[in-house]
Amino acid sequence: MTAPSHRSFDTAVPLEAPQDLVGFEASHSLAAIAVRRRLPFGLVLSFVFVAFLIAASIAPSLFTHFDPLVGDFSEGLKPPGWAHLFGTDRLGRDVFARTVFGTRYSLLIGFGGVAVGLGAGIVLGIIAGQRNRILDEAVSRLFDMLSSFPGVLLAMLIVTFLGQGMLNIAIAVGIAGIPKFGRVVRAQTQLIRDADYVTQAAIYGLSRWQVFIRHVLPNVLVAIPIIATVYIGSTILIVSGLSFLGLGPQPPTPEWGVMLAESRDVLRVAWWPGVFPGLAITATVIAFSVIGNHLQQRFEGRLA
Amino acid sequence: MWSRIVSRLFTSLVVAWASVTATFLALHALPGRIQDILAGDVEYPGLREAIAAEWGLDRSLPEQYVEFLSRILRGDFGTSYVLRQPVIEVVGSQLLPTVELALTAGVLAIVIAGFIALLTAGRGRFSRELTSFVELVFASTPVFWLGILLLMAFSFNLRWFPVSGAEGWNSLVLPAITLALPTAGLLTQVLREAMEKTLDQPFVTTVRSRGVGELVIRWRHVLRHALLPAVTLGGWLIGGLLGGAVITEKVFGRPGLGTVTLGAVLTHDVPVVLTVVLLAAFIHVAASTLLDILYVLIDPRLRAQ
Amino acid sequence: MSSVGSQIDRAAPVVEVQGLSIGFAGANGGKPIVVDFDLTIRPGECVALVGESGSGKSITARSLLNLAGDGAKTAVHRFEIKGRDARSFGEADWRKLRGTVTGLVMQDALVSLDPLRTIGQEVAEVISSHRILTDAGAIRDRTLQTLGKVGIPNPADRALQYAHQLSGGLRQRALIASAIAADPDLIIADEPTTSLDVTVQAQVLQVLAERIREGAGLLLISHDLAVVAGIADRVIVMRDGRVVDSGPTRDVLTHPRHPYTRQLIAAIPSGRSRGSRLASARFEPGASDATAVSIVREPLPQRQAAGEVVLEVKEISKSFIAPKAAGRAKSVVLQDISFDVRAAEVVGIVGESGSGKSTCAKVVLGLLDPDDGEVTLLGEPWSSVAEAGRRRLRRKLQYIPQDALSSFDPRYRVRNIIAENLPGADGRIARLDRIVSLLELVGLSADHLDRVPRSLSGGQRQRVSIARALAAEPAIIVCDEPVSALDICIQAQVLDLLAELQSRLGTALLFISHDLGVIEHLCDRVLVFQNGRIVEQGGAEAVLRQPQHAYTKSLLASVPDIQRGLSAA
Repeated sequence: MTAPSHRSFDTAVPLEAPQDLVGFEASHSLAAIAVRRRLPFGLVLSFVFVAFLIAASIAPSLFTHFDPLVGDFSEGLKPPGWAHLFGTDRLGRDVFARTVFGTRYSLLIGFGGVAVGLGAGIVLGIIAGQRNRILDEAVSRLFDMLSSFPGVLLAMLIVTFLGQGMLNIAIAVGIAGIPKFGRVVRAQTQLIRDADYVTQAAIYGLSRWQVFIRHVLPNVLVAIPIIATVYIGSTILIVSGLSFLGLGPQPPTPEWGVMLAESRDVLRVAWWPGVFPGLAITATVIAFSVIGNHLQQRFEGRLA
Repeated sequence: MWSRIVSRLFTSLVVAWASVTATFLALHALPGRIQDILAGDVEYPGLREAIAAEWGLDRSLPEQYVEFLSRILRGDFGTSYVLRQPVIEVVGSQLLPTVELALTAGVLAIVIAGFIALLTAGRGRFSRELTSFVELVFASTPVFWLGILLLMAFSFNLRWFPVSGAEGWNSLVLPAITLALPTAGLLTQVLREAMEKTLDQPFVTTVRSRGVGELVIRWRHVLRHALLPAVTLGGWLIGGLLGGAVITEKVFGRPGLGTVTLGAVLTHDVPVVLTVVLLAAFIHVAASTLLDILYVLIDPRLRAQ
Repeated sequence: MSSVGSQIDRAAPVVEVQGLSIGFAGANGGKPIVVDFDLTIRPGECVALVGESGSGKSITARSLLNLAGDGAKTAVHRFEIKGRDARSFGEADWRKLRGTVTGLVMQDALVSLDPLRTIGQEVAEVISSHRILTDAGAIRDRTLQTLGKVGIPNPADRALQYAHQLSGGLRQRALIASAIAADPDLIIADEPTTSLDVTVQAQVLQVLAERIREGAGLLLISHDLAVVAGIADRVIVMRDGRVVDSGPTRDVLTHPRHPYTRQLIAAIPSGRSRGSRLASARFEPGASDATAVSIVREPLPQRQAAGEVVLEVKEISKSFIAPKAAGRAKSVVLQDISFDVRAAEVVGIVGESGSGKSTCAKVVLGLLDPDDGEVTLLGEPWSSVAEAGRRRLRRKLQYIPQDALSSFDPRYRVRNIIAENLPGADGRIARLDRIVSLLELVGLSADHLDRVPRSLSGGQRQRVSIARALAAEPAIIVCDEPVSALDICIQAQVLDLLAELQSRLGTALLFISHDLGVIEHLCDRVLVFQNGRIVEQGGAEAVLRQPQHAYTKSLLASVPDIQRGLSAA
């Protein structure tokens, strides 16, 4: 046997490090987290853009002095330039002004639809997430039934019954969205219902109702704003799609989908009426998606 | 395992039945007389009586319901009073171009998504950030805007593809790409995230320690795991494709169910809209059921001992 | 041993590493997390890498295979594998090496094997990947042969099964089989037995020992010094990314030089440490060089004498019926369990997984109702009344769970967590004072009041858990594996805290653990659970020194022990 070779270092042995030593055993995933973190730049940009959108919804005339509904025929179909940032459409209306004024429709109907879907979805989702198998099955089948109708087609059916217009497509989109929100809330409720701090709460003398109010409900509701933000983007896409089909606000309302529908007639000669409203929709959806994704990652582990 | 499959089939029947019942209830819950609702925008003498006779509106509600159910089961969806044709004929004749479009776009989307996910999952930071940004852009692009852009670029300017119509495969290319890209964007996101999550699992380290190459790891091990959440999405995907086809048809002036349905909505032709919606629902239920069964087959952990 | 020893010396090393440093860009401020690591392993030799979590042992082992992960920056003076200079290896060279020259076995086969592939496919992969054999029949034969080598019965049937269908021990063996199928010269085993029961652990370690006898080199990573004592020829102790001690196992464990190594050894609870503080050890040199250093510890405060019966459990039975999908099988989890706990007493429940100890805890806590039998708390009916009737007595029976973090509401801060369990409606100031004094009692301070549990270390969370339990001033606390998830040094501190508080406050403890050393160190009486029954009970020292029942004997025989391990080597 070779002689024992000790290499000892005289370092003090402290009691316990105040911060959890990030397990170097998990270093490969530590590196993965460092790599996967989103550029904060994109997040900041998204926040700024959303702030701008909200401002444009509330006070659009801050951003443009043109009237979105009145156009000068002699200025019809002018390409983008200094006078008209996004050019003018067939009726001589400034496209930039119409795009800015159109923000409120997409946002309003989008938020409205989310509100309808979320409202019903939260109630149904919490009910389904309880330990009652029958309730869970019944509500889940309801979700399945609603989601078996493709969103666009369901909205079309509702519009057939109720007529066209902003409110109606908001309702339609909301109803189509109930299963989406409901399922997420149900999953979240189940996750929390099975968590240790809930199953062990009886030890601290809490009644079932107290546990629900103090622990289950707040932790479920914490997820709501995150869910809403994540799904607002796709809701706005459906809303503008329905408007494009003519089921929502009617011309001359400067809603982005409507504007794109109108632009199809002049596509051959003018590209700008068909590009900028679409750009607006895409940018809006991207911004909300980025924010929603970021929130989801921050709350990872606490969300189903 | 079989009990799980059987119960899933039973569930899908329940859901299909529920959709039919919901439409029936919605029809009868609306204000106004059924005859007026079903007639839509059309008016001619004797119409109301004909509708009442055809739909048995003088009978009690439960009897009407049973009649409704049995008609659906027989495939008799009634008559479109606006178009003065049995609805089945109206819908059936336009079904093929829409299915063509949805199917082509779906296959295209899956191929694109699979390809990109396989190549970029778990690779260096730059390619990952870039692909995820591109995915985000495509998933956020409204399908009708993409169609307009492609129309402008390839039809009007380059004149490679026809502007409208459904003649030959030429006219399928642009609409299929338009519908496929946003779907692919979403699908790639899901697939890639699932793959990256799988790549972080301990068993992948074990596989690497056997000296297996990265591409083989993804193909042989990771893909199957990543398919599981993707399969769950499948039902939604079909619904999205059908809905998207409706919009795409309008953009490209392509005949199909979309045009029919849109026209029906605007003329309040309830029987047609109802039929299309129910048909879509049935397709969705069938597809989801098949995919759920596929899920059970892929994941051995879900099979009973 | 010496002839084998010189044989080992003469052979060329399988792996030789000098001055290895590993860092991650963007982590730890750019400083390397492993510094100056040396390692030599010869064929037929077992070197153990020992340390607590965060010591860098796993990342070091992975970098021997260049699997440290993306973004790892490695710097090394010398790195040779079977004589070849590994510093110049490209990815293709590494791939040729992995599986054929080196094999990796990790913890928990359930997640370390692909759950969607059969055992047979996993074992065969290294063979077919490297084209060692190409004929399907030959590959199958080799797979079955390897499964047989690790002691899996009916290999032909097992090869078609999935990891989740095998028991813990069998699937760990299957994992080993998948690593050795190509006869690698170096096996790296990273905590291969940590999640296994003690009896199963012994068998799996046997499998690894056989590989060493056949001439492979083994790098064993473990936090358990007793396991290491039984199998390793040399030991390397790591802390914070540095090697603090290394040498032949016997020397390092019987004559530990470095304070950290000494602390590790002293922190191991056993019958010898009974009645004294684990974290307070002082080392005295042995009478001669040949005798081991002896450990001198400070005593704990005297325990109060056992008083009246606080908890009485009479003939409890509990069975579960599996859901329809699994065939409605009835499994009996508890049968005829009877015992009692007196005031100021510490009663231990020991058993392996599936023995029913957790279910017993839940029945005692009133979270589960028993099918038969009765639980009485402080003389009053407990299990036979509805929850509303129990609420009055809830304060008297408290709980310290294994996973502290998931028992805290993620929205709550430390002060809310403890406040939730405070009695009555005193004024705000009085409550705050009480919370702070509780925190000080468990070794924390008012600084921790507004901390979020996620930002606390494992030991701190457990202290908060203890403080919360004490807030209700209970007569008895059920502790379900409260220290199992903690590193050994932290475990020692928390055990000392529990013991001290128990002695001072006279609280009874029902202490559940799979770790016989902890039980022997802490408990007055012990109940041995097997398959839902109590097979033996009595005074802790008596039962664990002179076991009567066959199961207790086999349990004690399987528990790794440093002294026994060293003498067997």
